[in-house]
Amino acid sequence: MIEIRFHGRGGQGSVTAAEILAKAAFKDGKYVQAFPFFGVERRGAPVMAFTRIDDEPIELRYQIYNPDYVLVLDDGLLNVVDVFSGIKDNTEVIINTQDFEGSGEHVVHSIDATGIALDLLGRNIVNTIILGYFAKKTQLVSIESLIEVIKETFPGKIGELNAEATKKAYEMG
Amino acid sequence: MIREVMTANKAVAEAARLAKPQVIPVYPITPQTTISEYLAQYVADEKIDAKYVKVESEHSAISAAVGASATGVRVFTATSSQGLMLMHEILFAAAGMRTPFVLADANRAISAPLNIWNDQQDSIAQRDAGWLQIYVENAQEALDTTLMAYKISENPKVLLPSMVCLDGFILTHTVEPVEIPDQEPVDEFLPPYKAEHAFLDPKNPMSIGNLADPDYYLEARHDMQVAMENSIEVIQQTCDEFAEIFGRKYGLVEPYKTEDAEIIFVAMGSLCSTIRVIVDQLREKGEKVGLLKIRAYRPFPVEAIDEAVKNCDKLAVIDKNVTFGIGGALYTDIKAKIHKDAYGFIAGLGGRDITPEAIFEVYEKTKNVPEKEVTWIGLKED
Amino acid sequence: MVNIGCVITTPGSSKNNKTGSWRTFKPILDKEKCIDCDNCIVFCPDSSVNKQHDIDYDYCKGCGICAHECPSDAIEMVKE
Repeated sequence: MIEIRFHGRGGQGSVTAAEILAKAAFKDGKYVQAFPFFGVERRGAPVMAFTRIDDEPIELRYQIYNPDYVLVLDDGLLNVVDVFSGIKDNTEVIINTQDFEGSGEHVVHSIDATGIALDLLGRNIVNTIILGYFAKKTQLVSIESLIEVIKETFPGKIGELNAEATKKAYEMG
Repeated sequence: MIREVMTANKAVAEAARLAKPQVIPVYPITPQTTISEYLAQYVADEKIDAKYVKVESEHSAISAAVGASATGVRVFTATSSQGLMLMHEILFAAAGMRTPFVLADANRAISAPLNIWNDQQDSIAQRDAGWLQIYVENAQEALDTTLMAYKISENPKVLLPSMVCLDGFILTHTVEPVEIPDQEPVDEFLPPYKAEHAFLDPKNPMSIGNLADPDYYLEARHDMQVAMENSIEVIQQTCDEFAEIFGRKYGLVEPYKTEDAEIIFVAMGSLCSTIRVIVDQLREKGEKVGLLKIRAYRPFPVEAIDEAVKNCDKLAVIDKNVTFGIGGALYTDIKAKIHKDAYGFIAGLGGRDITPEAIFEVYEKTKNVPEKEVTWIGLKED
Repeated sequence: MVNIGCVITTPGSSKNNKTGSWRTFKPILDKEKCIDCDNCIVFCPDSSVNKQHDIDYDYCKGCGICAHECPSDAIEMVKE
């Protein structure tokens, strides 16, 4: 089983990202589960979301404490919450940042998702973009399924733009 | 039939759509809100031919539900936590008037202190209202149980309302694969409600919700007890019929590796998923352990529980609620009716995550006989 | 013994409940004093006064509202 933890802020789309990832993996024929943990339901407050992916039906129903992957949608959170909490030796961490440098202890990937978002979407919404990068880096989910689910989740022009941004991040992965 | 990834709230809304209710009075509250939103959308899109009644409170929602059901139509409503508390008075009226509608409760903690997260105190506090209560473990079971609940409630031997209890957030906001049945087999399983005891017909006027003086009240209450007893058989029958059409098997309880178990966990709702995994892990270490999942809490299926636990030594009962001064509600019921060594554990109140470690702790404590009859799991020491 | 949910299926069955037995004081109308204002008909909570101002003692509970509302003091409450 693969366990993924998302860190973001209320309103940034972490929960949607966790669900999109689950739905895409489901399209690839996997069993999935995704759920949020809301601290307080407020825009801007730190939130976590979780995705589990497996070849077998998933029966665990508690939060993810020892993730295989951590996705951080906002590098400002690094000063607020311990995004490295409970990570394992082989846990990979993907951070949306322009200038974060890993300490060397962990496998940390940086992507300037905000740059892509501002460029293509015109606003700092990075949840789909970081999934594109994740898909390439991990090969856990196909880019085709990911794009399909993104277009289903955001019908019309927004979906097209998000799909484009996600593909761009995928190519950078 | 389609398979889709969705929350249990969406699964419940899909079940309500398939059940074809004619009246849906509902008031939103976290974490039930998306059920009311999906249903409003379905009515607006004409996917359900129902009157969606916008109300100003849960007291009004349930009152409208009782009134509508008494006219002889199928009714659906949903709520959570404080909303269910506000419905409390009318829950008794719904059962006493024998209006067989279905309410989905997104299980959430009760104030004070204010808390929006999951436990089962809200529905447990309604256990004496005369409603059937069925606790579900996942989104699929939430959908299936909502459909079955109508068939059970509307059975002439029962005619009591049903509460489908699904854990807030852990189910209501978790997406997972769900199979949505086609309308045709659902129609076959659940034909339109044909009320024979209470309905609106100018040619056959009747008076519903009457005063009953001491000459009648005792009998009316006894009839409800008989109906509740009848429901045991009806629930099992309905589960069997459901399995025949849809292939998914349910019952009053669900035993897992109980036959040769020395210690059996007893629990309700989504927690059972994690426990099942822990049972497997303990079994790999040679521990003889099992799980008894209680689906029907009211009626309390004493015979089915007896049968499942007959070979074991000890029961570890985990409650996500507390009856202050005595223990968890499921634990006290088990103690009263099942003649086994049972130990109670209170866990997960107000959304405290129940981790594998917590379940291992329950097992170890039960194995070594706990110091107290009721132990709170996960309490912070400082 | 009771219908399911205590539903009453016989219309008008409340007529069987003759509430006149609850009465301790009985209204007596003096038709000489009556000015046909119909206040007693309008105000009677049990519809126990008819158009001719006859009082139906099978159902009159003796509440006295008719006597209170009568502008010509034509109704007197008399102990049963």
